[in-house]
Amino acid sequence: MTKSNPDDRRYTKEHEWALDNGDGTITMGITDHAQHLLTDIVYVELPDVGKKVKQMDPVAVIESVKSVSDIYSPVSGEVAAVNDVLQDKPELVNEDAFGVGWIVKITMSDPAELDSLMNAAAYTALTATGKDADH
Amino acid sequence: MDLIFEKSRPGRRASEIPDNDVPPVSLNEAIGEGFLREDVDLPEVSELDLVRHYTALSRRNFGVDLGFYPLGSCTMKYNPKITEEVAKLPGFTGLHPYAPETFCQGNLALMDELRSMLCELFGMADFALQPSAGAQGELTGIMICRKYFEKKGEKRNRLLIPDTAHGTNPASGALCGFETVTIPSGSDGGVDLNALESAMAEDAAGLMLTNPNTLGLFENNIVDVARIVHRRGGLLYCDGANANAFLGRTRPGDTGFDLIQINLHKTFSSPHGGGGPGSGPIGVGAKLTPFLPVPRIVRDDNRYTLREDYPDTIGRMKAFHGNFNVMVKAYTYLRLLGAAGLKQTSDMAVLNANYIKARLTPYYDLPYERTCMHECVFSGSRQAKGHGVHTLNIAKRILDYGFHPPTIYFPLIVPEAIMIEPTETESKETLDAFCDAMIAIAKEVRENPGLVRGAPYTTAVKRLDDVLAARKPNICWSE
Amino acid sequence: MIYTPHTSGDTADMLKTIGVASVDDLFQDIPETCRLSELPDLPRALSEQEAWRYMLDLSGQNTVPTMTLMGAGAYHHYIPAVVGHIIGRAEFYTAYTPYQAEISQGILQAIYEYQTMIARLTGLPVSNASMYDGASAMAEGVVLAGKTTNRDNILISRTVHPEYRQVVATYCAANDYTLVEIPYDVSGRVDTHALTDTIDERTAAVCVQSPNFFGIIEDFQAIEPVTHSTGALLIAAFTDATSLGLLKPAGAWGADIVCGEGQSFGNPLNYGGPYLGIFAASGKLLRKIPGRLSGMTVDQDGNRGFVLTLQGREQHIRREKATSNICTNEALCALAASVYLVSLGKNLKKLSELNVYKAMYLKGRLAALPGWETPFPSPCYNEFVLNCRDPDQVNTAWREAGIIGGYALAHDYPELPNGLVLCGTEMLSKKDIDQAVGIAAQLS
Repeated sequence: MTKSNPDDRRYTKEHEWALDNGDGTITMGITDHAQHLLTDIVYVELPDVGKKVKQMDPVAVIESVKSVSDIYSPVSGEVAAVNDVLQDKPELVNEDAFGVGWIVKITMSDPAELDSLMNAAAYTALTATGKDADH
Repeated sequence: MDLIFEKSRPGRRASEIPDNDVPPVSLNEAIGEGFLREDVDLPEVSELDLVRHYTALSRRNFGVDLGFYPLGSCTMKYNPKITEEVAKLPGFTGLHPYAPETFCQGNLALMDELRSMLCELFGMADFALQPSAGAQGELTGIMICRKYFEKKGEKRNRLLIPDTAHGTNPASGALCGFETVTIPSGSDGGVDLNALESAMAEDAAGLMLTNPNTLGLFENNIVDVARIVHRRGGLLYCDGANANAFLGRTRPGDTGFDLIQINLHKTFSSPHGGGGPGSGPIGVGAKLTPFLPVPRIVRDDNRYTLREDYPDTIGRMKAFHGNFNVMVKAYTYLRLLGAAGLKQTSDMAVLNANYIKARLTPYYDLPYERTCMHECVFSGSRQAKGHGVHTLNIAKRILDYGFHPPTIYFPLIVPEAIMIEPTETESKETLDAFCDAMIAIAKEVRENPGLVRGAPYTTAVKRLDDVLAARKPNICWSE
Repeated sequence: MIYTPHTSGDTADMLKTIGVASVDDLFQDIPETCRLSELPDLPRALSEQEAWRYMLDLSGQNTVPTMTLMGAGAYHHYIPAVVGHIIGRAEFYTAYTPYQAEISQGILQAIYEYQTMIARLTGLPVSNASMYDGASAMAEGVVLAGKTTNRDNILISRTVHPEYRQVVATYCAANDYTLVEIPYDVSGRVDTHALTDTIDERTAAVCVQSPNFFGIIEDFQAIEPVTHSTGALLIAAFTDATSLGLLKPAGAWGADIVCGEGQSFGNPLNYGGPYLGIFAASGKLLRKIPGRLSGMTVDQDGNRGFVLTLQGREQHIRREKATSNICTNEALCALAASVYLVSLGKNLKKLSELNVYKAMYLKGRLAALPGWETPFPSPCYNEFVLNCRDPDQVNTAWREAGIIGGYALAHDYPELPNGLVLCGTEMLSKKDIDQAVGIAAQLS
């Protein structure tokens, strides 16, 4: 049973979520639906702090036993922090994708980009149709 | 089962070293104490311990000589034992690669004859024998393409690859600096000609095509495919992993392919060795011969020699001349079979695959309703959707029936893919036993899915935790 | 010979089940214009007996030497009889890559043990299951260094085997890396001053070989700090794996990648192949290294078992993002190496010592001949360079006696026109060496 998608954040077509921290940064991760598709996650390749990204640039890589998937940045900006605990415990992404399984924090260069992302209802509808990208 | 390190006991030895019959020297003086290691940390066992250990390991391993091994695109055919015996002849095993050419005329003759037989079989102008495996042969081929365009002064940095391609194809392309463009397959399983037409621009080096493809289907539009690629000055590359399907029936060189990479350890029956060694020769048409890697064998009257002075060569792909001992086995196989034998090989390989396809079609989804070549691809979708049993579980359950499972989850465009290549050396009885097992498993899926999900039950170890192996890699033993 | 078991009855039954009239009907997808009307023109098929005779005669056109003084990347060592017996077991050699782990525990455990022994010998914790050979292992190391540092400049010592340098050059050209050669100094070792002057922040890797092509043991104490000062990776190769039995390995000196030729461990000369690429790396490169890895895990009952692991790095998953395209490797050669290492065990050190004694005896006796001299005074393992008046003449004299002589340096090192690289292994008896020296003496 996948968890429901929290209303407090925005979503991309590639199954990332972005939570506005209110201080010019967002926290991002992948959705519970995505972790379910990936199955057991064995490794998360995190970017360097300070890395500059444009919206939908690959910013991290998630490996399961049988697949490797790029994770895309929901916004343009600079990587402010990474969730180091995932180095030893990649399974946190499976267990709590919306919470302690967050991946990076990004300082936004253009906060308006958040508006171009989906809200929870739209993302839920997208995944319900099964037309979403299959990792 | 214990590791060899766990069987080690201080002071035990297997091999002894001969006595020194020349004046010894002080190594501390000759080399310097700081450059010497203190000890070698290797196991201490007797020869009997060693033999029992590896014999026990071998009994926990499954090979073609034990049973049916229908891995798709791997061509796990029987390896004739005479080829193994020939390969042990001291004349073949005992020569240094830099031995004077007068010592090696037999070896050079073998390589030259092998090369010309491959040219004749595949319709190519020349073959390089050095690449050590298919992937290296492929890399060589892509480098040849790259150099060809460099020499012409054309900037082509894209490479077209069908969505059914083996992972080595895009990996090789990327290793040569090409951007890979995926060409979708059409509803008939062949390359989508419209997509190919749009993608084949003047910045595309060409198309890497496996023919028959990884769906086991022959590209029946091959003439159009070649035309589209060549019209824009591109090259058509054949991944010959599936050559076992068409020996004596067609030649890639005649049908528009500019180069072909083949695998001696698949089509020409040198053994797979548990993961190598292999040999992946690359054949080219006349316009690409200047770019072949060095060294090349040249025949002068009846004398053979190796030459490196080819100004347009891509260079050297490996040290020495290639996996010569693998070539010995493949060459012997070619001499044993002859042209008629090779055609019979493909005929029976294709017959066997179609037979399996006919027997299993009622029980498993068939994504493409076409005659297959030497392999057939099914989908486990019916079992997955209907009963929550995935192809992985079906594969593990096949182990309990005493067979090696087919290739699973490849090609990527078929969900829950099951790719079966029986090869020509299997009898009807074996094929029937395998089909009976697959049919029985389909029934188990309907009536007792939990049983299939929990497989295997009869193997040396049960289902292994590969998630743990990837999260906490342990690739080196420490006491 | 034919290996298809089909009787005409079998074929008829099968065609009936398929629902076609003939085997030809199964090939309809081949366009008519592409079909062959005649069989290819190949020599006629032979029975097993005829094939055996033919191949015996063909191998007889070779000359098996009475002695081999040549090293230069491939080495004549004694292979214990157990090696052939173990790799001759069909459960090993007729198996494929162990994707179905439950029925491949044999080879997977053997590979794990191989990885462990290589890690111990090279001084680096991560060894893969094998690569094609020493040269391509080095080339793959170079590509790995380029991709992990994101730099495109490679430095390689002139004392690395010429063919290894050529292979690295081929791979560099394909990746648009620039390759710069570092000269050697009067001691026959990497010129560390030149290295310091040439290395910069664009350097991805420094490639050296020890013992080098001249047989000389390189001084890593000088090379390593220079390499790491700019953040480049140190790639250290070897060509005779038995050197690992005696010498402090490059991993212990701080190399990031140790790679080389494993042929000396239990694989015959085989006229150049199949050989064995050994590849070991530091822990931080674990998730990027090329090649297969066998990992230890447990099964659902808690029993120990092995699987291919970290496959996310490999071509079949990573596809165009893989750092290597390697698939089939040299598994059976690695198995031979494992059996060899277990058979010799701690005696590997004694074997290596014996190699040094033989080489030094050969070197000493030849160097004492008029017209022969030692250009490099540096310490060697089992290979060394000597200058003589006419290397080709000496090699010819040896050849006429059925002996494979030394590697003449003139072609690859024009600055050393009189140089010969010679090798002494445990396969040379004192009598052999005296005989070879005698032949050379007659020319002096």
